Amino acid sequence: MSLLLIAEHDNSKLKVFTLNAINAASKIDGDVHVLVAGSGCENVAKEVAAVPLVKKVLLCDSPNYKNYLPENLAPLVTKVAEKYDNIVASANTFGKNFMPRVAAALDVSQVSDVTKINSADTFIRPIYAGNAFATVKSNDKKKCITIRPTSFDPAPKTGGSAQVEKVEAVAVPNNSKFIKREETKSERPELGTARVVISGGRGMESADNFKLITAIADKLNAAVGASRAAVDAGYISNDHQVGQTGKVVVPDLYIAVGISGAIQHLAGMKESKIIVAINKDGEAPIFSIADYGLEADLFKALPEFLAELNKLNTIQK
Amino acid sequence: MKILVAVKRVIDYNVQIRVKEDGSGVHTDNVKMSTNPPDDNAVEEAVKLKESGKVKEVVAITIGEEKAQETVRKALAVGADRGIHVKADSYIEPLGIAKILKKVVEKEKPDMVFLGKQAIDDDCNQTGQMLAAMLNWPQGTFTSKVNLKDKSMEIVREIDEGLETIEINLPAIVTCDLRLNEPRYASLPNIMKAKKKPIEPMVAKDLGVDITNRIQQIKVEEPPKRKGGIKVSSVAELVSKLKNEAKVI
Repeated sequence: MSLLLIAEHDNSKLKVFTLNAINAASKIDGDVHVLVAGSGCENVAKEVAAVPLVKKVLLCDSPNYKNYLPENLAPLVTKVAEKYDNIVASANTFGKNFMPRVAAALDVSQVSDVTKINSADTFIRPIYAGNAFATVKSNDKKKCITIRPTSFDPAPKTGGSAQVEKVEAVAVPNNSKFIKREETKSERPELGTARVVISGGRGMESADNFKLITAIADKLNAAVGASRAAVDAGYISNDHQVGQTGKVVVPDLYIAVGISGAIQHLAGMKESKIIVAINKDGEAPIFSIADYGLEADLFKALPEFLAELNKLNTIQK
Repeated sequence: MKILVAVKRVIDYNVQIRVKEDGSGVHTDNVKMSTNPPDDNAVEEAVKLKESGKVKEVVAITIGEEKAQETVRKALAVGADRGIHVKADSYIEPLGIAKILKKVVEKEKPDMVFLGKQAIDDDCNQTGQMLAAMLNWPQGTFTSKVNLKDKSMEIVREIDEGLETIEINLPAIVTCDLRLNEPRYASLPNIMKAKKKPIEPMVAKDLGVDITNRIQQIKVEEPPKRKGGIKVSSVAELVSKLKNEAKVI
């Protein structure tokens, strides 16, 4: 039997993490079918059809699915899932929102946030903020699985030509209404996929001081992250939070500035290739996982850092 | 109106967990346990709505071993009116927990169920959404703001892209984010008073729902240890190392 993956998109473009999920899904079952549910989202279906790992695209184009309200989306996925053994989505705020509703409707125990696929029914997933990894075997005949996107490479985007099949919308309960979405627009790379991330913590002391971080981010073409403490204090918006209940990032270079390194923060960044910590407290736990630690006052170190970067002839982008 | 708040007993968020040598799980003996942090936010929000006069009663529920009752006691000490303790001796997956909660919802008939958005032990992030589906109720997940109206709630949700505002009809499920509010501490007199508030006992396996676990835990391992690196003495040295040694800039 085949596998059903639910695409994440904004009705005009596919969200990149769907490609990571497609790659992961293909390791569970090679016959990957992708459901694109949205409104005026035909271009997204075309984009998905070009992904070589995708064998079929199911397009459900209806105003009901414009804003991915889980009350509307879950019944559609549940209906389409009748013909599938595996139902897969990304473990981000998109997949986490609707997938458990599908699992409950199908009486399936969901496997959340999979970071490794051992076989078609056995998976590895982090527990306790990534301080332990559980190997789990799902005994449900039908499986609902969410994939941690950053643990898998994205599938190649072009070269395929999967067939696109239309799917009828299903009845909606009319018990929820979308009002608005306030997206933080930025010219910088996305936090989840950036090659370099520079994050600030409580030590930044104010929203204004984040300018020191963004200046370096611009120089390095980096995304800007933050600890929960910095978001809670109102220095920066919630979409920048890295950690157990924020985003998980795996960049080549992660620079933690004024972040002490609570386990909840480490959960979101400790798989980064190179970790740099800048902190005035030499005993801060962040130093125990940092490849390069600089014990210094960040208000002196950051301007110096920018000055040193400016001296370089070339910087990788 | 009435709110049911679900609370879970977990290893305290400050504890560095230790994996058992035989791979069967993590050590919990003599380890500090507390209420799952976002569940405290769920209790706080329910109590605030009661204080505003819009809500008449707040009922706190937990499912778990004998000591899980402490989490209900804590909710009672900060303002919940009464408690329910569904006794269960072993781990129940979110699917089973949602089925138990559904049974209790059918009996208690609350207008809202508040839960934490995620438990910090199994990190599943499922129970609220599953309960919502089973009841065919709408949901507000990752909620950082609640505005309760007569027949609906306006919810602000924290999503990967920023913030989303939705309106959901009552009855509804709300899963709470840590930024929803600042949970209060219980005062000593209120802790004493809470001891007199009733906690109704129930037994999970007597509720007539299938709570068999479907997922078999094969082993639990420690993540690969990250080797500590070096301390550099200056910014210039740091930049030089990043450029020439790590080759990442």
